[in-house]
Amino acid sequence: MSAKKKQENQPDKTNSSVLVKEPSEKPKTVLMQGNEAVALAAMEAGLDFYAGYPITPSTEVAEVLADKLPQRGGTIIQMEDEIASICAVVGASLAGAKAMTATSGPGFSLMQEGIGYAKIAETPCVVVNVQRGGPSTGLPTKPSQGDMMQSRWGSHGDSPAIVLYPDSVKEIYELTIRAFNLSEKYRTCVVLLLDEVIGHMREAVSVPDISKYRVVNRLKPTVPPEWYKHYDEDQKYLSPVASYGEGYRFHVTGLSHDKYGFPTNKASEIATMTRRLKKKITQNIRDIIQIESFMMEDAKVAVFAAGIVARSAKSAINAVRKEGFKVGLLRPLTIWPFPDVAVQRMLKNVETVIVPEMNQGQIIHEIERLTKEKNDSDIKRIQRTDGELITPSEIYKKIKEVL
Amino acid sequence: MNKRFNEIRLSGSGGQGLVLAGIVLANAAVIDKKKVTQTQSYGPESRGGASRADVIISNEEIYFPEATRFDTLLALTQEACDKFLFDLKDDGYLIVDNSIVKNIALVSSTVYELPFTEIALEKLGSALPTNILSLAFLVKISGVVSDKALKEAIERTVKKAFVDINIKAMKLGFELAKKTKK
Repeated sequence: MSAKKKQENQPDKTNSSVLVKEPSEKPKTVLMQGNEAVALAAMEAGLDFYAGYPITPSTEVAEVLADKLPQRGGTIIQMEDEIASICAVVGASLAGAKAMTATSGPGFSLMQEGIGYAKIAETPCVVVNVQRGGPSTGLPTKPSQGDMMQSRWGSHGDSPAIVLYPDSVKEIYELTIRAFNLSEKYRTCVVLLLDEVIGHMREAVSVPDISKYRVVNRLKPTVPPEWYKHYDEDQKYLSPVASYGEGYRFHVTGLSHDKYGFPTNKASEIATMTRRLKKKITQNIRDIIQIESFMMEDAKVAVFAAGIVARSAKSAINAVRKEGFKVGLLRPLTIWPFPDVAVQRMLKNVETVIVPEMNQGQIIHEIERLTKEKNDSDIKRIQRTDGELITPSEIYKKIKEVL
Repeated sequence: MNKRFNEIRLSGSGGQGLVLAGIVLANAAVIDKKKVTQTQSYGPESRGGASRADVIISNEEIYFPEATRFDTLLALTQEACDKFLFDLKDDGYLIVDNSIVKNIALVSSTVYELPFTEIALEKLGSALPTNILSLAFLVKISGVVSDKALKEAIERTVKKAFVDINIKAMKLGFELAKKTKK
């Protein structure tokens, strides 16, 4: 990689934290694949470094980046495995790079240790998990939503998670950029969760739609190096972050640490650290949560679904609405932290909630937790784990059953 | 053809180029300024195993991206034909390669049987462009995208070294369709 070329192609990261890109000149519609959108959007967000180990159904992310990222002065490395991949990503981020990896279930399991390290070291990075059927090697080419809970709780040690869940190629593009922005702002590992079908799907995407997104870069310290604390916090539990080689001294460890990064056993310092890890997410939750409400205004029956299943639900809801029934959909774009407040508010006036998911029942427990005033019989499930999609007609039938 | 919704399934086995054909068709739909989704389903093998590509072309937003009731079904293996035939709409087109598919459990004026693989071998010297040959046939019969858009899509999608042979395959597919259109 040529250092000069890199400078030309990278946004100025020294000062401002926000860059608004100009809309591109001519409107153009192209056929784009989901995984391709991840790669292109990551570069749009300022990706400098990708390390990964190819795995179906995420391979196209690495394939596109292998072609395009070096041309922009970035670096892509195929590592020996997924453990090394996430470690390389965290290391690159500590050196100031915007870094990402992409994988699927088996690799995501291997990465959990490194994801925890990124969280405790408060090092921004993005991990893309294109879910496939499991457990273990499972179904390499078939869809599943089996990693809903793993993306939240997969790494040991009780830390919060930010996980985004798109449902179209255009939204993959948007949420990939958003994943980088949130990771930079909140200094954490953000997971982008895709369904195999969404990752492999091609759709017509309008280019002007996707060329004017805000790009957030991590804040840089302005204090003299001797005053710098790597793990400081403001009222929102955020702080500027120096990178290696910029003249600031700091220590990085997976052990619980003080504000300078040195290991500590002092209860008060440990509490400060664990509180910050939690509060920086919970205190800023309105900035992090996104949820789509589809025909919910007067709905008596609500479907709660994410990703590809939400698309089946929309199709079913359109059909039932045409027959005059009041049905709507809630779709989380941010699956973790779970959109508790919005879900509770929107499900308050609904009589029945249907939760279709391509697993043996994961998100349904969140809905049950948030709808304690409802009877068990008011929460209906559709669960499919045979490698096939939940179809609109399955959801349609379930809606008609409860009406 | 100006259907509100057009669901096409291209089915056969891995290695027959059906996913590529699906991408070409989807690109053609984009060129025709339609809304489109293209999905695929295949096994872990590079060759062999059931493989299919679904393309939905519409003037409206497409929610569910897999074809469920096909307006057009292309079947290049017996297994695919048997498995998907009954999800074809009553007035839907069934196009099969009868050098491979020997039994069809459907008699209808909308069934087209041609030995695409043999024709490709004989006229183009290779079985490889069978996918584009049969796709061009399908496009001409069903009118799902314009001829011009298909040509442009092939030029955009297929690797440069293979554009010429695929354009030849396309023209051959168009001719065959003109001759056999019922």
